[in-house]
Amino acid sequence: MTDIADIATPAPIAPSGQGARSFRLSTAGYLGLAIILAWAIVALLAPVLALPAPNASDLAALADPRPSANHWLGVDLSGRDILSRTIWGARTVLTVAPIAVAGATVVGAVLGLCAGYYRGVPDSVLSRVSDIILSFPVIILYMIILTKFGASAFNIVAVITVTKAPIIYRLVRAMTLELREREYVAAAQMRGESALYIMLVEILPNARGPIVVDVCLRLGYTTIAIGALGFLGIGLPPPTPDWGGMVRETYGMISIYPHMAIVPCIAISSLVVGFNLLAVGLRRRVQHG
Amino acid sequence: MAEPGPLLACERLTVDYGSEGGRQRAVDDLSFHIGRGEAFGLVGESGCGKSTVALAIMRHLGPNGIVANGAIRFEGTDLLGLGGEALRRVRGARIAMVYQDPLSSLNPVMTIGRQLMEVPLLHRTADRATARRLAVQALADVELPDPEALMSRYPHQLSGGQQQRCVIAMAMIAEPALLVLDEPTTGLDVTVEAAVLDLVDRLRRRRGTAVLFISHNLGAVGRLCDRVGVLYAGRLVEQGALAQVFRNPRHPYTRGLLNCVPSAGANRQGRPLTPIGGSLTEAARLAVGCAFADRCGHVVEGLCTSRPIALASVADEASHVARCVRSESLPTFAWRQASVPQPAARAATETILEARGLSKRYDLDGSSIAALGGIEVELERGRTLAIVGESGSGKSTFARILSGLTGADDGELSFHGQDIARLPIAKRSRDLRQRLQMIFQNPDSTLNPSHTVGYALRRAAGRLCGLRRQEADAEVSRLLKLVQLPTHYAQRMPDQLSGGQRQRISIARALAAAPEVVVADEPVSALDVSVQAAVANLLKDLQERQQLSLVFISHDIALVRYMADYVALFYRGRVVEFGPADAVFAPPYHPYTQMLLAAVPDPDPDSPRPRLALREPSAVQPGGTERGCPFTNRCPYRIEGKCDREKPPIVIPSAGHRIACHLSPENLPHDLVGAFGGAALS
Repeated sequence: MTDIADIATPAPIAPSGQGARSFRLSTAGYLGLAIILAWAIVALLAPVLALPAPNASDLAALADPRPSANHWLGVDLSGRDILSRTIWGARTVLTVAPIAVAGATVVGAVLGLCAGYYRGVPDSVLSRVSDIILSFPVIILYMIILTKFGASAFNIVAVITVTKAPIIYRLVRAMTLELREREYVAAAQMRGESALYIMLVEILPNARGPIVVDVCLRLGYTTIAIGALGFLGIGLPPPTPDWGGMVRETYGMISIYPHMAIVPCIAISSLVVGFNLLAVGLRRRVQHG
Repeated sequence: MAEPGPLLACERLTVDYGSEGGRQRAVDDLSFHIGRGEAFGLVGESGCGKSTVALAIMRHLGPNGIVANGAIRFEGTDLLGLGGEALRRVRGARIAMVYQDPLSSLNPVMTIGRQLMEVPLLHRTADRATARRLAVQALADVELPDPEALMSRYPHQLSGGQQQRCVIAMAMIAEPALLVLDEPTTGLDVTVEAAVLDLVDRLRRRRGTAVLFISHNLGAVGRLCDRVGVLYAGRLVEQGALAQVFRNPRHPYTRGLLNCVPSAGANRQGRPLTPIGGSLTEAARLAVGCAFADRCGHVVEGLCTSRPIALASVADEASHVARCVRSESLPTFAWRQASVPQPAARAATETILEARGLSKRYDLDGSSIAALGGIEVELERGRTLAIVGESGSGKSTFARILSGLTGADDGELSFHGQDIARLPIAKRSRDLRQRLQMIFQNPDSTLNPSHTVGYALRRAAGRLCGLRRQEADAEVSRLLKLVQLPTHYAQRMPDQLSGGQRQRISIARALAAAPEVVVADEPVSALDVSVQAAVANLLKDLQERQQLSLVFISHDIALVRYMADYVALFYRGRVVEFGPADAVFAPPYHPYTQMLLAAVPDPDPDSPRPRLALREPSAVQPGGTERGCPFTNRCPYRIEGKCDREKPPIVIPSAGHRIACHLSPENLPHDLVGAFGGAALS
């Protein structure tokens, strides 16, 4: 028996573009990544950059709060440097949003795996709970919870985790329902693997593509949410520099000193666009691979 | 009346596919012609370019398909030069096409009637009443029962065979001069496939329609075609009349294709299948000389590879050409199964697995469907039990119960005296799991795309045999050698393997624990014919060397004859016939066995070819047959009032051979032509 019909020649290596697990994105994806990295770098470097302290008032500058040599993007109504506050604000967003989304992803993925794998009663209960959360207008939910428990960083992370987790949950549940029917899952069951192993090692890695894309999108939406909380006055307590809060404090002056509100608005938009572009780039890659 | 010259002439057709990495040749300098009313078969493995030819003729190549050279003359005009309205007048009206998957050709939201009427309304400017009359007539022509009622049905309400008949009706309604069939029966059960092929044959003879039949199935081509062309790496390697090519193949590739299909008369003791070594590579497409040289057993270095090889006519055979320099020096071709006196079947051993009255029901939209209704089979140590049946016969459900992936509702499945019918996999002991393993069907989903081959095998060895890391690594190498793969494949990811290689890994994984019983659920059905032969040989070889008991599930009768010691024929969840393979495939037959055997396509032009009127199963048939024999509706021997009401008794023609039928042993069919030969042939 020397029939080696299908092995004599090397099998085709993975189709081009997918590379052997190389990391390649579309142009849009790289653009998004560049925007996010730019914000991350300036946020990281904020303490060492030659900036005025974000909460220091330069009362002399209040005479003309518009951009000047001392204050490149001008000052706000309290005479605080807008550039400095925007950069320090990036630190807030880029800390709170990833932690909140990571929390939502872990909670959503674990529950989604359980619901999709066990189906039946766990699935029904978890899905109804997620439907209830998703059916609430989120802003009202934020207001109720944060006014009741107080607007601290921890509470903001918690409330975003609770409201974003059902979205991740739905995605992971749907993927799990499909992947659990694959033959490699049956093969794992046949060698006596535990349910936990099957969920985490056999199923989850094959759902990672869509999860990563969704996490990117969630980061964008969470940036908006944090901005909205700040704008409503239930974000991080002042004087912490916070983009939403900066808009809230200055939007009344928009007809006279538009730069005060527009700068943080542009900051929020650019970061959201960055996350969305990265999600688009990743989605293409996931679909082709 | 016909103008001189062929109906369709493909002249030096060359098609490239453009991609980012440059152009890739799909069809290379292909010339063939089809006369009026003639059936021409185009054969080859996947990737040989046969579908591209069909697409080029239909002008459906898509934006990246480029016709680099050549012409396709249809009734004298070059199709490649046509555009717009002129093309539309030819396509659909003069040339019609039937694709592989009928469901993708039928619009799911339109009734069959409306879809059929569209054709005459578009092409012939017929009024609605005429169109309707033509549509009903077309459905009657493809021998569908009650065409009037069918007009208002939707595609999903029909069975696969009926859907394909509707597509053929749609293609034929415009009375085309040429019908292009691209693998039209690939997804269908054997009996349905045979019925559809016979229907096409009758239609073309009655209407004088020419047929271009594209298939990888040599038996199917043999059933329908007058002439064949064999395609390899986009080049025509052999062409001639069917009998010439199949009886006296002059190209090694043609011989390889013919030798790697088990013929209808083969059995377990016969000589092994001869797979074609190697695989079709990109380099072969670019080869200056013979594209098949690197896989050919007759290759002569220099002679075969140095210069282009032309098609040369075969001595003493008009119109038979082959593209092989050694064509005349090849030995005489002999059909593999030239009846060698058979050694006696292998002696019986102890029974280790036994199913008694195994039943399983599924709930579907409130009503309950019996997937298995009282299965009785036995498996002996070291032997192969083949489970044969069409789709929906319950054979996969049986496999899932065996492997503990689902539980039976009723009955007993005893493995070494332990009832495992309702023992889910999670509750099975490690010892039991180790002794009973499974090989899966689908090469795309049998391995986890996120894990390396080595991880999959190491994990199996570790979990089932309790091996430590280093022992497990050694075991991985041993397993890879066992399935004849190089050991460095342990580092590969599944997407770097071909389908056949993945199935080999799947076999290795199942064998990691040195099991007693392996359940193989259609292990080769998704593979190319040449690879199929290699994997089937490997499985048979391993089974004999390791004294495995194998439950081999398949719908391919020829393959089952080649593999099996015992055969159980499943029909709608019941065993209609069970026994040693030699007894089952010899008279007397159960009427269903007779039908299945008659439907098996056999490429050997000299083998007797029974032509039966085969009845197809209707789409859904809930309840109804549960009391009587499940085969009643399709059985030509049925006894009205008895077969549909009473459970058939077990007839025992010889020891260990059981047939569930109301016919007395002497009245059971004893040949393959039997009562329905010619009955419904028109």
